[in-house]
Amino acid sequence: MRVLPSGSTALLVEVDDLDQVLGLYAALVDDPLPGVVDVVPAARTVLLVTDPAVAALPDVEAAVRRIRPRPGRAGTAETVELPVHYDGADLADVAAFWDVSPADVVARHTGTAWTVAFCGFAPGFGYCTPDGEPWDVPRRDTPRTRVPAGAVGLAGPFSGVYPQESPGGWQLIGRTDVAVFDLDRDPAALLRPGVRVRFVAA
Amino acid sequence: MTGRCVTVLATGPLTTVQDLGRPGRGALGVGRSGAADRGAAALANRLLGNDPDAALLEVTLGGLALRAGADLTVVTTGARCPGSVAHNAPRPLPAGTELRLGPPPTGLRTYVGLRGGIEVAPVLGSRSTDLLSGLGPPVVAVGDVLPVGTAREPMPAADLAPLSDPPGDEVSVRVRPGPRQDWFADDAWTALTTQPWTVTAESNRVGLRLSGGEPLRRAREGELPSEGMLRGALQVPPSGLPVLFLADAPVTGGYPVIGYVDEADVDRCAQLQPGQPLRLVHRAVRAASSAS
Repeated sequence: MRVLPSGSTALLVEVDDLDQVLGLYAALVDDPLPGVVDVVPAARTVLLVTDPAVAALPDVEAAVRRIRPRPGRAGTAETVELPVHYDGADLADVAAFWDVSPADVVARHTGTAWTVAFCGFAPGFGYCTPDGEPWDVPRRDTPRTRVPAGAVGLAGPFSGVYPQESPGGWQLIGRTDVAVFDLDRDPAALLRPGVRVRFVAA
Repeated sequence: MTGRCVTVLATGPLTTVQDLGRPGRGALGVGRSGAADRGAAALANRLLGNDPDAALLEVTLGGLALRAGADLTVVTTGARCPGSVAHNAPRPLPAGTELRLGPPPTGLRTYVGLRGGIEVAPVLGSRSTDLLSGLGPPVVAVGDVLPVGTAREPMPAADLAPLSDPPGDEVSVRVRPGPRQDWFADDAWTALTTQPWTVTAESNRVGLRLSGGEPLRRAREGELPSEGMLRGALQVPPSGLPVLFLADAPVTGGYPVIGYVDEADVDRCAQLQPGQPLRLVHRAVRAASSAS
């Protein structure tokens, strides 16, 4: 664990890999540190935003060093099942990249257990990481200027669902009718860090 | 239109509704947003006896005009605009009267507070418009009728805040090394903290794009996995010219952050006009990094 400075109110905790991020984040959610007002996991780091009126940065640093990260992918108890229409424009390209059939891509996507590692890019955009073998899918050479809400994509080691229409460079393999980000729902984001995800063929 | 409301007659270049924003939701990919100059916004609410999280109007480079639909109380803070008799000092805005703000000679953002607060519908617990994510109420437009709430607390005894206006010449702020200072060449920190920078016109609520200095050289190539960042971060894209993030900063970013402007100084950065010079002055702090 490395603790890096991030201004007068925050610390960036860097660990070795995504599993350590998940374990550290789970520990910080279970046992919140005094004075920490926001915890932002990412691919290799967890940002701790503090309220300086409650806790000084050196104290927060000392406290985070004492944390015992949760082992493995404990995640939350929550599992989300997302029905997907596997008719994405890049399904054939992904199949060709792996030298398998499109049906094999679908079988692999639905046959994998996923965990939301972190959110980013847009509100409610959860970066889902697979159990087992890491995935590796190149991004599209040319990003699309418009990806519709609900599009299910692959990029690098991640799978994700676009919560709203936006530009995007992920390989699109399908779409879901489930709103993964809904302001009228509490919590608005379905795919929150730690949530387990299963994609099923609609 | 009558009732506790104001009707927008002109907006200037950009007017948005802002409050304290949406803290604590970074894990969902939701940034904080909120008033770019938090101190000025907080002052407006204090002078009006409003709750600290009451929403107000953030006006960029003046130009706002509005008409009161009822007997209201108004204050402006931040950049001083011609046309406001209520700057840092609340005044009545009787029904049917208008407030018209000219362009501020110095400073960029003026906060127009109304006693009772602007009561548009909150989104995820806040009335702030986040221009990066699109969350929150739409940007204020001509013809909008904005509801005004009712304050619960009495008007405070102080009716004027003696404050100096945002400066129009060079501004100095304190910076300290950020998480990826070691991604840069040895001379980059010196270049960052000794060269004069200029705020470019390509600046907005997301951040200030700085130019005028020699580009900061990287010692380390390759991609940085995206990581969490906050307002005040000095992120360096491949151009080598830093971007200073403000209220609508992204939750995570993939370019290295060489340093951070101290939180106490970020408000002043939000008042810089395009073309204004900015000095980033090194502030020594103890090293936070060590192995374990």
